[in-house]
Amino acid sequence: MPGVVHVQTTINGEDTNFLCEPRQSLLEVLRDVLGMTGTKEGCNDGNCGACTVIFDGRIVDSCLVLGVEVQGREVTTIEGLATADGLHPIQTAFLENAALQCGICTPGFIVASKGLLDEEPDADEGRVRHWLAGNLCRCTGYDKIVRAVLDAGQKMK
Amino acid sequence: MEWIDFATPKTISEAVELLASKGDRARLMAGGTDLIVQLRGGRRSLDLVVDAKQIPELNALSYSAQNGLVLGAAVPCYKLYGDSAIAAAYPGLMDCATLIGGIQIQGRATVGGNICNSAPSGDSIPAVIVLGGVCHIAGPKGTREVATEDFCTGPGRNVLEAGEILVSVNIPAPQAHSGASYLRFIPRNEMDIAVAGVGSSVVLDASGQNFVSARISLASVAPIPVFAKDAADSLAGKPVSEAVIQEASEKAIEAATPISDMRGTIRQRNHLVGVLARRTLNNAVQRARGG
Repeated sequence: MPGVVHVQTTINGEDTNFLCEPRQSLLEVLRDVLGMTGTKEGCNDGNCGACTVIFDGRIVDSCLVLGVEVQGREVTTIEGLATADGLHPIQTAFLENAALQCGICTPGFIVASKGLLDEEPDADEGRVRHWLAGNLCRCTGYDKIVRAVLDAGQKMK
Repeated sequence: MEWIDFATPKTISEAVELLASKGDRARLMAGGTDLIVQLRGGRRSLDLVVDAKQIPELNALSYSAQNGLVLGAAVPCYKLYGDSAIAAAYPGLMDCATLIGGIQIQGRATVGGNICNSAPSGDSIPAVIVLGGVCHIAGPKGTREVATEDFCTGPGRNVLEAGEILVSVNIPAPQAHSGASYLRFIPRNEMDIAVAGVGSSVVLDASGQNFVSARISLASVAPIPVFAKDAADSLAGKPVSEAVIQEASEKAIEAATPISDMRGTIRQRNHLVGVLARRTLNNAVQRARGG
């Protein structure tokens, strides 16, 4: 099909090739082309953070990245956090602190939190709340999420 | 989203040629945090999106105490505040770079893109205006420079002609005894569009007690970011006092021509301009005194 682009990239440490239309967002590519449905679509305009991924070491909303832009770059999604040995400490902390209800926002919160805690495991409550301002949750009231992230930070030191 | 093609030029001339050949059917994309939303929502229709991020000059980020700051149009906010020398030299610029969107948006959004999107509410535009930022433009006829206060011509409109791109914003090195500040009012703590915003910069004399000069700029209270020259000039040569700052803030309100819309009323916005002008002038004075 004319205009379809071949993209070569690294997703969760693995060399990945896909074909996409330039108008497709990275979120659409992840979910609809690659079948990686862990990354969620919420608002699809950069307000809710449900689609957060790590793009070259920095958290971004994947709905505001075009799939063609990841050519030659590195992307980490929620699927890249757990290992064969078990869940990532942030995932464990979310379970132990009951930091989720419906779960739609959870992958975005966990990936966004990884972006913070990898650099600043000692981030305090104010820093965590500020960092996560771009992630919306309509169920929990945020307190349990913030507690889970603070807890995970202590375990990641 | 309608079909688009995507190009990744590696040079300014290649980008200019692509944009000139497509006219208003093509647009340069930096962080994409406005453009992708506009395309998806049908508010903008294009045939070609031209990526700004592989052109070296648009990725420039350099600062020296002699030459000031060269801020490439494709440099995302997080790189700006992640550079400790730049953050220390331009706290007024950091005020806006750290409050645009959330952390995810700051990972992509650029000051150059904010200026070219030319929204009346663009938080970085007043901050750049009060720092004396100059827009460096390249196009089919060569290069030119435009003062940032002359760049925007209407909501979403600016001086860029067909094929022209914003390469960088160049901000002079901070003068001795100078300081700047940007504040906006939003009904939430984060992640919102300014109901009103004010940037101020001041230069004080060596005693720190008198204004040498000042600049004030307003967001979200007119079709374009306002350069409130008369308000700022009213401070020049006067001793720093509550009374002269109050007088300047009243003149800043005179420069505002707000509308009532879903984010705020005319009366609220005029009131906010006064409050924010006083607060940003006081912050700028404090920073100029080394606080």
